[in-house]
Amino acid sequence: MNTLPTQLNINGKDVLLLDVEARDLLALTLRDDLDITSLNIGCDTSQCGACTVDIDGKAVKSCTVLTVQAHNSKIVTAAGLSNGSILNSLQEAFQDNHALQCGYCTPGMLISATALLREIDTPSEEQIRDALKGNLCRCTGYQNIVKAVLDAASKISSKTEAKLHDE
Amino acid sequence: MMNDNRNGSSHRSYIGDSILRTEDPHFLRGEGRYVDNIKLPSMAYSAVLRSPHAHARIVSIDLKGALEVPGVVGILTAASLEPDNFLIQPNWLVGDINVPPHYLLAREKVNYVGDAIAFIVADTRAIAEDAKAAIHVEYEILAAITDERTAMDKSEIYANVDDNLAGTFNLNSGDYDAIKDDADHILNFTLKNNRLIPNPIEPRALVATVDSSNDKATLYIPTQVPHLHKRWIAETLNWPENKLRLISPDVGGGFGAKMHLYVEELLVCIAAKKFRRPIKWTETRSESHVSTHHGRAHTQEIEVAFNNNGLLLGMSVHIYANLGAYISNMATGIPTVNCLGFASGTYNLTAFKGRVDLLLTNTVPVDAYRGAGRPEAAFIAERVLDRVARYLKLDPYDVRELNVIREFPKKVGLSEFDSGSFSAALKTAAEKVDYKHWRDQQAKARSDGRLLGIGISNYTEVCGVGPSWLMPLVGFDRGGYESAQIRVHPDGKVTFRTGSMPQGQGHATSYAQIVATELCIPFEHVEVVYGDTDVVPIGIGTYNSRSMAVGGSAAFHCAQKIVSKTKSIAALLMKSDVANVTYANGFFCSSELEPGNEISFVEVARVASRGHTLPPGESPGLEETYIYDPTGMSSPNGCHIAVVEIDPETGVIDILSYVAVDDAGTLINPMLAEGQIHGGVAQGIGQAMLEEVVYSDDGQMLASSLLEYALPKATNTPMINSSFLSTPTSTNPIGAKGIGEAGSIGAPPALVNAACDALSVFGIDHIDMPLTPPRIWHAIQEAKNIGGSK
Repeated sequence: MNTLPTQLNINGKDVLLLDVEARDLLALTLRDDLDITSLNIGCDTSQCGACTVDIDGKAVKSCTVLTVQAHNSKIVTAAGLSNGSILNSLQEAFQDNHALQCGYCTPGMLISATALLREIDTPSEEQIRDALKGNLCRCTGYQNIVKAVLDAASKISSKTEAKLHDE
Repeated sequence: MMNDNRNGSSHRSYIGDSILRTEDPHFLRGEGRYVDNIKLPSMAYSAVLRSPHAHARIVSIDLKGALEVPGVVGILTAASLEPDNFLIQPNWLVGDINVPPHYLLAREKVNYVGDAIAFIVADTRAIAEDAKAAIHVEYEILAAITDERTAMDKSEIYANVDDNLAGTFNLNSGDYDAIKDDADHILNFTLKNNRLIPNPIEPRALVATVDSSNDKATLYIPTQVPHLHKRWIAETLNWPENKLRLISPDVGGGFGAKMHLYVEELLVCIAAKKFRRPIKWTETRSESHVSTHHGRAHTQEIEVAFNNNGLLLGMSVHIYANLGAYISNMATGIPTVNCLGFASGTYNLTAFKGRVDLLLTNTVPVDAYRGAGRPEAAFIAERVLDRVARYLKLDPYDVRELNVIREFPKKVGLSEFDSGSFSAALKTAAEKVDYKHWRDQQAKARSDGRLLGIGISNYTEVCGVGPSWLMPLVGFDRGGYESAQIRVHPDGKVTFRTGSMPQGQGHATSYAQIVATELCIPFEHVEVVYGDTDVVPIGIGTYNSRSMAVGGSAAFHCAQKIVSKTKSIAALLMKSDVANVTYANGFFCSSELEPGNEISFVEVARVASRGHTLPPGESPGLEETYIYDPTGMSSPNGCHIAVVEIDPETGVIDILSYVAVDDAGTLINPMLAEGQIHGGVAQGIGQAMLEEVVYSDDGQMLASSLLEYALPKATNTPMINSSFLSTPTSTNPIGAKGIGEAGSIGAPPALVNAACDALSVFGIDHIDMPLTPPRIWHAIQEAKNIGGSK
């Protein structure tokens, strides 16, 4: 079996994997080999989005990436959004708006929402739903997730406004 | 919102507060503790070889190549399980049921695509899959049955189940045949309640391990019913129950799918003992489609007798229920006790005649899925109302108004409605959606050639199972109670243990609200524990929307026991008669003493733990248990109204407005209740518009992955206007009914009624779910070809 050494930076930490098989999926390498469980596996056809992580600034379903393809990439999972135990604005907005129930889709949802808010400061409901259509949730019906992203967007943009005014 | 609760000095009631969930932060940080996250030293992985054929004789199984794959630990087949030949026994058998044998691994025959044949254990996931691929099985293919309506006419799958009919259930009240003769009109039609896959986003996963120091097995399992699962596993394998522990850490959604006994749960336990290593099993999503039990799957033949003014006189219902290839845990009860008796919905009927045939087919077993029989029932009632209205050219709102039950308690068939707001919900929902406005809009739209439709669903259900004495009468081999334990620590902090097992419902928060309220202590001082059968001594679990009604009542009563003991200790400390002691806001007061002599709950906890000064007869410590057995079940109700527009060119349905007015009595946490409505309605949208399990004629499951099975996405669901009425039930001390399943019960009829209302201009009376664009489009074309639009 072909194996390759692979260098990853995950949530700010450098990791060198010595024997990665060519067929290994990033989602499984992160979970099974590196014990990173801040992404989940919910399907095997890349529909559900529970495995979504940020790779070099893009929200990516890690089940669609061979681990070796991610060589020298910077990966951020939901665990990398919070500062230790302190939740960021988006995570807080999720809690404030009851945007999670069983929590299984949540790590992927957060990464996709983060990617959206990087692109669009104040997205509309339609833009949010469109950005999250690759993340399946069976519990919430999406309503409170959309509200949470709207809430986070307004808080983040008003913080930015305030910052701009201060400068 | 949150008061300063130092020293319990500003206690308040938390009931009805939308307190943010204490369980959220760890999920948000990506620290969910799902079973597939668990890794134990020297843990092995496993895979299941499943039948690719719907019905076949197993001629031979060749394991040679598989066993030679490096890293394989061992492979189990039916031969490995001789002579025990363990059988999975269903837990709910309604009436006389012919139960086909269900072995852990197929013996001689496979009976559905997905039927387990071999269990492969290896050092890694990949090796287990590689070895699985190296197993050679020779089959002799047999004819397969998939359709419930015609199963009785096909050859038998099992020798002991004649005509593939596992059992029959009849329910009659009044004399339908006499009523029928008196009626002005009779309507006959057939409904299909489409087979669904529950699909919680967390696939099933298991880790079994045996502690060799005491031969005790621990099974990590995402289950809705830890104590029941423990009992079933011990019973099936003949293991002593004190040597088995089940732990459910976080469960990523259940919806009924995670409360049945599955072969894998037994196989990992057997393998852990045999190979003396922890064993993990995790299903893939595609695998789950053929290994985790389905829901619904009825063909329903309906006849309704009614008068010219729209008054319903009677109904006759014949349900063909597809149970799949084996009788799953609760399978016989769902279409019968849970469904047939409620097919008359919220409406008065003079007579009801009902029959359910339970059919076996070569398909995935069918069992409870959110709503479990009540969505199937509400669909009947609500389609009947709309069909009657349309037949008589009356407004469906008016026909509902005419027939709805207004006085409680009321018994119709099996349904005993303790209380309800059937009429108020209908009225409120119509106001909130602005029914008149939409009827006006519909008229305008029609003149423009646009298709607008309004659909009402005025549902009810009975949930919160239930009085334990009732269970054996319906063949349900479990209790209906729930347990509560409160431990007050020496510093006055509280641990609350419950037999409930949430899969996203927020119990860590809602139970703390109840306990803190009843103990008059701050919410933050209560820790809620569940999901470990060594820690929680007894329990039933979370399903049938029972946790607040039954578990919450247990919590309530348990707290009263703590209050009673603390009061008697406080009385002693205050040298007063206990009759003169009151407890409020975290402080005990004696009317025999001047103000300023109050004693705090914290102080009493300290005293109880020291044991220095206790009333005669009281022992040290402060810990109480209460097992609550319900005296009745309760009937939540609601009215959902959907407004849709259908594009005649594409068949696409747009939901323009969705109003949900639901009544679940006392809501412990309204935010959580609303979340349950959102999720339930989304699943109802799934059933009505997107989801369907399709089988080919030879029994191949065509909805084999999420590529083919359309779960609702963020672009499929509307913003739901959700609000609540409150008619508390008197059947339990906190007045709570159930809300977890209401959305999935109310939504499908509202959506189908709306779509049929929109399409009525073409003379279309009914379209089966799911209302996909091709289905709608074809129905329109067909109607145009037949009669043209009106």
